[in-house]
Amino acid sequence: MSARQMAKEQPESFEFNQKYAELAQARIAMYPEGKQASAIVPLLWFAQKQHNNWIPEAALRHIGDMLGMAYIRVLEVVTFYTMFNLSPVGKHFVQFCGTTPCWLNGADKIKQACKDVIGDENTITADGEFSWLEVECLGACVNAPMVQINDDYYEDLDEDNFKQLLTDLKSGKPTKIGTQIDRVNAAPCGGNTSLTEDSLFDGSMVGGYKAVLKQIEKAEADAAKAAALEAAKQAKEAEKAEKAKSEKPKKTTAKKTTSKKASSKKAKKEDK
Amino acid sequence: MLADKDRIFTNLYGQHDWGLKGALKRGTWDGTADFIKKGDDWIVNQIKASGLRGRGGAGFPTGLKWSFMPKGSDGRPHYLVVNADESEPGTCKDREIMRHDPHVLIEGCLIASFAMRAHAAYIYVRGEFILERERLQTAIDQAYAAGLVGKNACGSGFDFDIYVHHGAGAYICGEETALIESLEGKKGMPRLKPPFPANVGLYGAPSTVNNVESIAVCPTILRRGASWFAGLGTPNNVGTKLFCISGHVNNPCTVEEEMGVTFRDLIETHCGGVRGGWDNLKCVIPGGSSVPMIPAEQCDDLVMDFDTLRGLGSGLGTAAVIVMDKSTDVIRAIQRLSYFYKHESCGQCTPCREGTGWMWRVMTRMVEGRAEKREIDMLFDVTKQIEGHTICALGDAAAWPIQGLIRHFRHEIEDRIDQYSANPDKHGSVLAAE
Repeated sequence: MSARQMAKEQPESFEFNQKYAELAQARIAMYPEGKQASAIVPLLWFAQKQHNNWIPEAALRHIGDMLGMAYIRVLEVVTFYTMFNLSPVGKHFVQFCGTTPCWLNGADKIKQACKDVIGDENTITADGEFSWLEVECLGACVNAPMVQINDDYYEDLDEDNFKQLLTDLKSGKPTKIGTQIDRVNAAPCGGNTSLTEDSLFDGSMVGGYKAVLKQIEKAEADAAKAAALEAAKQAKEAEKAEKAKSEKPKKTTAKKTTSKKASSKKAKKEDK
Repeated sequence: MLADKDRIFTNLYGQHDWGLKGALKRGTWDGTADFIKKGDDWIVNQIKASGLRGRGGAGFPTGLKWSFMPKGSDGRPHYLVVNADESEPGTCKDREIMRHDPHVLIEGCLIASFAMRAHAAYIYVRGEFILERERLQTAIDQAYAAGLVGKNACGSGFDFDIYVHHGAGAYICGEETALIESLEGKKGMPRLKPPFPANVGLYGAPSTVNNVESIAVCPTILRRGASWFAGLGTPNNVGTKLFCISGHVNNPCTVEEEMGVTFRDLIETHCGGVRGGWDNLKCVIPGGSSVPMIPAEQCDDLVMDFDTLRGLGSGLGTAAVIVMDKSTDVIRAIQRLSYFYKHESCGQCTPCREGTGWMWRVMTRMVEGRAEKREIDMLFDVTKQIEGHTICALGDAAAWPIQGLIRHFRHEIEDRIDQYSANPDKHGSVLAAE
């Protein structure tokens, strides 16, 4: 758990501008009637986007009113989720991943570079351009080490290309999002070891399911036939058994009758 | 090695068009309506017959999970919730599906929802994946425009809506009931089970939570046939799986391979081997940060599947393979994971809230060697007291990496303590447990 508190200095008021108000309404409409509270995380996110990447207290009240939620519930949510910044951050907010997979591949150097170029953690540079924060796994582990700056992932970093990246961001130069080395996304460096066959991509995969489905249907029909045969066989056997059962009592009655006859004969004999 | 024709995620690296046009050409959305015509029971039976086990970590049979949804309707709607809150350290497979092959996932959502009689699906994407969720949304818009989802989806007569929701950076929301709580607009704190989500889930209605990969493989299973999928892999561990190999290999990457591939094959075929050669391997975490590590001695013929790894006291988890070579300070590696769990504990259950912090503090001292040897046993004992005594598995996940470390690298911890106490003047006196 991490202890999180709202900033001491707060703006007087907050209201969604037109763009985000529309987005918020569309968001709320995504959830069933009476379940508007579901929209709280996306709405808080919109507030953060609109308000220089941090959420002021007034926004919590505004959103609480929009969703019909008690303010304390909104506060509960905003302090629980660590992506919500509760105090101002730099224009380029560097979230540096320090969890084990990144650490194994040299995240400590990136951390040192953050300290060297930007300064202490959670401190905004004097020009307001940067601040940085160590966060937990950002889920790009095969491209480690990496950072997220505002919305974008920058991957496969080393000390040099990371420092260059910070310089480019500061000077407003365009940057390359994603991997910073000669590599395609999560593919291995040096080229694919799989997914090289052309037949996957020329449309020849389409329609193949029909033959498979036919096969399955045939198998199912065969199984159904076999099951029907089996059922018929079982029914016959059951019938036989039933017959045998119904014959047995006949036999016993026959025996009884013979014994009766016998006894009657006996009686007759005795009579004689 | 798995043949290219048997791969499900054909645009894993984003080298081709991720949009609808490209997806159609690769065979996505092929025959979807025909499968729906076969009926919900048929689909569930196919998935059961395929032997698919959930790809989110626990490995629960997916078809069986689907069959838990109530048959008739009592007036409550059914929901499919897709768990795309991928945050387990080492894991980055769902991300590739969402940004490079989103239509595979959307088609899977339609089929799974139909099979469970759900007319709405929510995909819960982790907050940091901003590009991924925007792309997924674009792909969904394309699918709506093409009539593949929405009213009368694919012309099947089935109405289906699909929404992308997102979180805001809480690992715990990957736990299914915490995810539901979060989706309802609350703090992501796991619920006590039972009732299970199949009875009382999202908005109190029957719901099923599935991992992205589990859902995304379903359309291809139907297209290629359950017997094709069941024929890959090892018995009870069938099909293909996305492996994310990170750490000390020459070329870290995400790759789709057959279940039951050996660890050595996996990294030598796709990752260029261990950094510094096979003999430089120290240990591997085979399934994401939550599973105990396996030392190099056991890696020679290591088979990567659920049952083998469980037999070794570890697990396949999400198949996030973290490789460490001989230069690694394993105590520090696990200490960093302990910090992760301390940071991500939701604070609901005392053993986890207090225990994760306690374990991290002791681990931090052990990294320096500033501890006593009896504390190793004490630490092990505490992990055993946390494990199994919390509502969700985060307590277990925090305990297991430390147990793995003590089981296999106890000598290193002891050496570190010896080293530290051999230089008492340098560091000051040894402190007792906090």
